Amino acid sequence: VRRLRARLSGRDAALAVLAPVSAVAIALLISSVVILIAGHHPIDAYRAMAKSLDPSTPRGDRYFVLIVNQATTYYLAGVAVAIAFRMNLFNIGVDGQYRLAVMVAALVGAQVDLPPFLQVPLILVIAMLVGGLWASIAGLLKVGRGISEVISTIMLNAIATAVVAYLLNRFGVTQGNDRSTEELPRSAWIPGIPWREAANEIYGLVFLAVIVGILYGVLLGRTRFGFDLRATGLSQSAAVASGVSVKAMTLRVMFLSGATAGLVGLPLLLGNSHSYGLDFPAGVGFVGIAIALLGRNSAVGMAFAALLWGFLDSSAVSLETVDVPKELVRIMQGVLVLSVVVAYELVRRYRLVLEQRDVGRAVGEPPPGPGGPAAPSLEKASA
Amino acid sequence: MSTLLDGNHLPLVPEDSVAPARRRPILGRMLLAGAAAFIGLSLIRWLTGANDLTSGGTVNTALLSAIPIGLAGLAGLWSERSGVVNIGLEGMLVLGTWGAGFAGYQWGPWAALIAGGICGAAGGALHALATVTFGVDQTVSGVAINLLAPGVALYLNKLMSDTYQNVEGGGGGDKQSPRMEGIQQLSIPGIESPLRDLEAKQWFLLSDIAGVLRGVFVDMSALIVVTVVMFVGTWYILWRTAFGLRLRSCGEAPYAAESLGVNVYLYKWIAVVTSGFIGGIGGGALAVMAGLYKDGQTGGRGYIGLAAMIFGNWRPGGLATGAGLFGYTDALKSRQADSVKALLLILGLLLIGVGVWRVLRMRRGRGAGAGTWTLVGNVATVVVGAAAVIGFFAVERIPSELVSATPYLATLIVLVLASKNFRMPKADGQVYRRGAH
Repeated sequence: VRRLRARLSGRDAALAVLAPVSAVAIALLISSVVILIAGHHPIDAYRAMAKSLDPSTPRGDRYFVLIVNQATTYYLAGVAVAIAFRMNLFNIGVDGQYRLAVMVAALVGAQVDLPPFLQVPLILVIAMLVGGLWASIAGLLKVGRGISEVISTIMLNAIATAVVAYLLNRFGVTQGNDRSTEELPRSAWIPGIPWREAANEIYGLVFLAVIVGILYGVLLGRTRFGFDLRATGLSQSAAVASGVSVKAMTLRVMFLSGATAGLVGLPLLLGNSHSYGLDFPAGVGFVGIAIALLGRNSAVGMAFAALLWGFLDSSAVSLETVDVPKELVRIMQGVLVLSVVVAYELVRRYRLVLEQRDVGRAVGEPPPGPGGPAAPSLEKASA
Repeated sequence: MSTLLDGNHLPLVPEDSVAPARRRPILGRMLLAGAAAFIGLSLIRWLTGANDLTSGGTVNTALLSAIPIGLAGLAGLWSERSGVVNIGLEGMLVLGTWGAGFAGYQWGPWAALIAGGICGAAGGALHALATVTFGVDQTVSGVAINLLAPGVALYLNKLMSDTYQNVEGGGGGDKQSPRMEGIQQLSIPGIESPLRDLEAKQWFLLSDIAGVLRGVFVDMSALIVVTVVMFVGTWYILWRTAFGLRLRSCGEAPYAAESLGVNVYLYKWIAVVTSGFIGGIGGGALAVMAGLYKDGQTGGRGYIGLAAMIFGNWRPGGLATGAGLFGYTDALKSRQADSVKALLLILGLLLIGVGVWRVLRMRRGRGAGAGTWTLVGNVATVVVGAAAVIGFFAVERIPSELVSATPYLATLIVLVLASKNFRMPKADGQVYRRGAH
């Protein structure tokens, strides 16, 4: 029995590694083909991307800071998406929630000037409230009228874009030829962390991302609330049977997801720009979805995914030195997401077949061949 | 996330494939409602003097804006009727715009549409591969395609940019294609000046009808003809042929379809690739109208198309209405602020009407499941409606930034008001595995 168990766990480990490795392999393969179409050698392109990180040059240091900063933003977005994902809710609206939240936080933050230990929490709370309430609209629509959060958050994204544009024109100030909110008072500035030779600094709020990640891990893995949340995601009927109110959970989770989305723009706002303008990146919410998918909703996995995404983003420019269009990176990112979800799906199904064979062996039945009579019944359990 | 509208909220509305005899009264009611809405619009135009509400120019612009939205919605319809949610429409539109830009300057606008369709179909094939063959979550695959497509389009465009820059009088470059010639415009001869005269009189109803006729039949873009043909063709194929019945059965009850010998994988593949093709033509139409491919040209129209499809309750007629409404608000936004303000009045009165009617119905005890929630919802409807009416009289003009949110807000409001009457394909969004039942 012990030998069997050892073999099983070895197999599990192999399967666990198989999915991400094959996904990366597929992504590299397809990117290589895409580079070959452009008439270049893939190795040159990959070398150029890797070289941008070379720590012996000041440029490498600058890129390192850039990657960490982008990863901070992406990680928060990823966590926001993942919270909802764990309950089978698809919050496509992180993008709108984040922009509306950071916008309102910047507006309010510029109007008051409290000591830092009050000013910063005030801005944090406002951002979380705005993001959470905006997401709660989708939660309410789902609970009250049965409208899918996928649809309502897509609509709310567009509405948020309009509201942000309106607020910016109504309350913003013109700086140069750009429109932005008034600058935050110095009490709201969070100093950056200098890094080696780099001229730019790591966002002070990188720690916020770390804390959010830890809270996310603890909340989902170690609390009753997290257990209920995951249980509801896995089986609503089972959760209801154990006394969970799905409606209340939906409302709470959408609020939490939106509140986390509200934090996404703050590292940039408090650490660097000090005002909200049109230069704030759009589409971060969608990157967040990609991060959650790549990191498999795990706090640690998403951190790696965010760093990888940040690295791809910032190394894109160096592709131009070997004449490959920098959009190659966006293709790589898209392919990576697709191949990761496909690889995990295939491995999951393969594992089911294997487990079923083990069960068959244990109860002494002949192992069913592929497509055998027993195969459908397990598929059904997974469907 | 497997269903867009939770099934347990939905009393089954009889489908016309089940009861074809019941279609006519519904059609009649819809025509009546359309006529009433038009008369109301005309009245408000007449009273407020917001003459752009029904001017020929507005109607013409509205139709043009509605084309890509309508085609995107139609693309979504094909996919979702077969049970595959297609959030990746936006990406397929983007691929379509690039394909159209690539073909358009060389072989003209018609080739541009075809090329756009083919590029979109490639996106559809990717979606089908991921969702139908590999059984990946459909929303996830769609989001990934939306991440991927703009990158692919821009990458290809940069590879072409050297060629593009050398095109005579082209002006193509890194982020755009060379210019192509415009598509034909059709007019019914001899009707323009009498209609224009009648419209200028600003009479109640008559001038409005003249405006609409002029907007439709004078300088009508050939794209409109293409779109109409595709709508009618889709309706015919999906609702009047055996092929269409089988395809829709894959979206309603795939395992039942399977037991009757339908190759569900094949039908889903056909539906999703067709969806990509139509979405690509929608993107192509955008490029043809603009005369070139440009990065970021679609501006979320794939999502609006999806909204229009849901607005239209997964039916071609409703979808066309939705696309028309969205195109209409789009056209008004770019024309006259007063007209938009008049819309506020219409919306407010409509909401109050619906809300009051529902509350009355509840008191008579006829409302299904008349709980506190329903009451709160209905009262909220009246309050929002009243706010809109007050807004009409209190606000000087509506900020143009907010107007762009109208289609989305309209979709949300319609979903809230009518969610009980919505009926999406029953197995929409669910992963189908052969033999799993």
